[in-house]
Amino acid sequence: MSGASVAKGRHLPNSLTSPAARMVKSWESLLLVVVVVIFIVNSFASPYFLDPWNLSDATYNFTEKLMIAFAMAPLIIAGEIDLSVASIMALASTAMGYAVTQGAGTPELVGVGVTVGLLCGVFNAVLVTGIGLPSIVVTIGTMSLFRGISYIVLGDKAYTGYPAGFAYFGQGYVWYVFSFELILVALLAVAFGVLLHRTNFGRAVYAIGNNATAALFSGIRVGRVKFILFLLTGVMSGVASVCLTSRLGSTRPSIALGTELEVVTMVVLGGVNILGGSGTIPGVVLAALVMGLVTFGFGLLNVPGIVMSIFIGLLLIGVIALPRLWAQFRARRG
Amino acid sequence: MSRMLKSREALLALAILVLIGLIATRFPEFVAPSNLANVFNDTAPLIILALAQMVVILTKCIDLSIAATLALCGMVAAMLDVAGVPMVVILPVAMALGACLGAVNGLLVWKLNIPPIVVTLGTMTIYRGIIFLISGGKWINDQQMSPLFKSLPRADILGLPVLSWCAIAVVAIFAVLVGRTALGRSFFAVGGNAHAAVYTGINVGRTQFAAFVLSGTLAGLVGYLWVARYAVAYVDIASGFELDVVAACVIGGISIAGGVGSVGGALLGALFLGVIKNALPVIGISPFWQMAISGTAIILAIAVNATEGRSRGRVILKSAEHVA
Repeated sequence: MSGASVAKGRHLPNSLTSPAARMVKSWESLLLVVVVVIFIVNSFASPYFLDPWNLSDATYNFTEKLMIAFAMAPLIIAGEIDLSVASIMALASTAMGYAVTQGAGTPELVGVGVTVGLLCGVFNAVLVTGIGLPSIVVTIGTMSLFRGISYIVLGDKAYTGYPAGFAYFGQGYVWYVFSFELILVALLAVAFGVLLHRTNFGRAVYAIGNNATAALFSGIRVGRVKFILFLLTGVMSGVASVCLTSRLGSTRPSIALGTELEVVTMVVLGGVNILGGSGTIPGVVLAALVMGLVTFGFGLLNVPGIVMSIFIGLLLIGVIALPRLWAQFRARRG
Repeated sequence: MSRMLKSREALLALAILVLIGLIATRFPEFVAPSNLANVFNDTAPLIILALAQMVVILTKCIDLSIAATLALCGMVAAMLDVAGVPMVVILPVAMALGACLGAVNGLLVWKLNIPPIVVTLGTMTIYRGIIFLISGGKWINDQQMSPLFKSLPRADILGLPVLSWCAIAVVAIFAVLVGRTALGRSFFAVGGNAHAAVYTGINVGRTQFAAFVLSGTLAGLVGYLWVARYAVAYVDIASGFELDVVAACVIGGISIAGGVGSVGGALLGALFLGVIKNALPVIGISPFWQMAISGTAIILAIAVNATEGRSRGRVILKSAEHVA
């Protein structure tokens, strides 16, 4: 959005460096080092850290957000953004709560949650790709609208009384310490990794993010790709809502408030260019591990939640600012 | 173009009048002058912040940290008051602090070219977090504040409270600043076409920086007014208010793509939301409806803005330039 950035060209990857050298210097390997360091520091800082059940609990810090980040990453790579994800979660959760009062069972609840997410995604998609409105404002609007509907339905009340079987999605374990959410997020990581890095659709996403006009002229259906990306983001928000609602066992209109910030931070920390065009799914996964481990470590040290949110905010800005400061510093010296 | 903008503002003014008229048919007490003055006074913070946000949006940026800046400045003002600092110091300090917080946003956008939405999304949580750190999560309430601190926004001058006069003054200052000064014109130039602005000798980054500082300063002013008026300061005051501010701007016809907007538009956009907010309890609708109504208003307004912008061919030019 910044006007001055228009003048500068995009950094083009230098194909002369070997793939191995590129991998060592990549953002992802830096993140991997950070993950390992945090892991080691945490295990020394607290004797409770290395307990497998504690670590398993720690994964809940990022699993639901990571599900949304998987869809948000391609969306941001394609040059759009969805700030309404947390509100989609609230609306989907409210719909599930309402379904419970109408006597819905567990399978229906999952269907309701995912469908509401899908519909919200389609709503955003139609406004952005159909009418051609800027996604930042559209999703600021729908952020207010979707959560607003939850407030209309619920006011200051809450839905509880979810069926016992429904608790499995947020509290169940598939095997030993591996929770349902963890396994689901792993499967989704593979699915989105393949989609973004091994399919024509994925190539189209990068092409659109780098130059939407050129992509259009090379025969990519830009509108359709963006439509699918918004739809996927909605669906993943619905899935995340099912997991979160199941884990909490209740729905309030303020559920998942502020999650959009953490999801965007996760994606940007994962090396996705906020202006679009580059980024990887493995990077996003590593970013989720960094954020999850830090939050967990802070939790063990009794740091209040709002201090963690300062940290997330600093992380979001720092991750973008530091490489740019470094580049300016190098440009001045050389 | 100016005719089109004028007609849009006329349309909005008409919509507000129709809205008030419809309410008046069933609840005549709503249009009593004293009540309308109350509605204006209640909307004053939104008007001031909508104007602040307007200059930021004109330069093709957005300030999502405006409510957090407000809250932080308000908390600092309240803490200074509790510490016994006189009013003549508190108000300048609150505004200076706001200017500094705005400058942080502006510098990150200007010097490091970070997209404004990312910067202010980040500083939004950081500023809120700082309130928690300095207050320890405690509330500062009515009894702790000095009488002068609380009474200033309510003090009556010529039948209107100081809070209303602040909004009127800011509107007047902005009408001159935006319409009659070089800085005001450069806000439009930067947002309308950054390349052309550079060739006419305007420093794009510095203009955006100025917009953020202006926005922060006004947020600081409103921070004091807000805390003093409600006689309470805590971490979550004005939480989510940035959305109302953006909504007021978008409804007022300020294009999020930059370079298009007017002081009158922002004022009317804020008044439109203010009338709705104050009318809801009168006509017996739960205040919980307000969030969804704001959201719907944002979406409808940008849809209208987009169809207006398209006829001038701006969108095509922008996408061709902005691929980089």
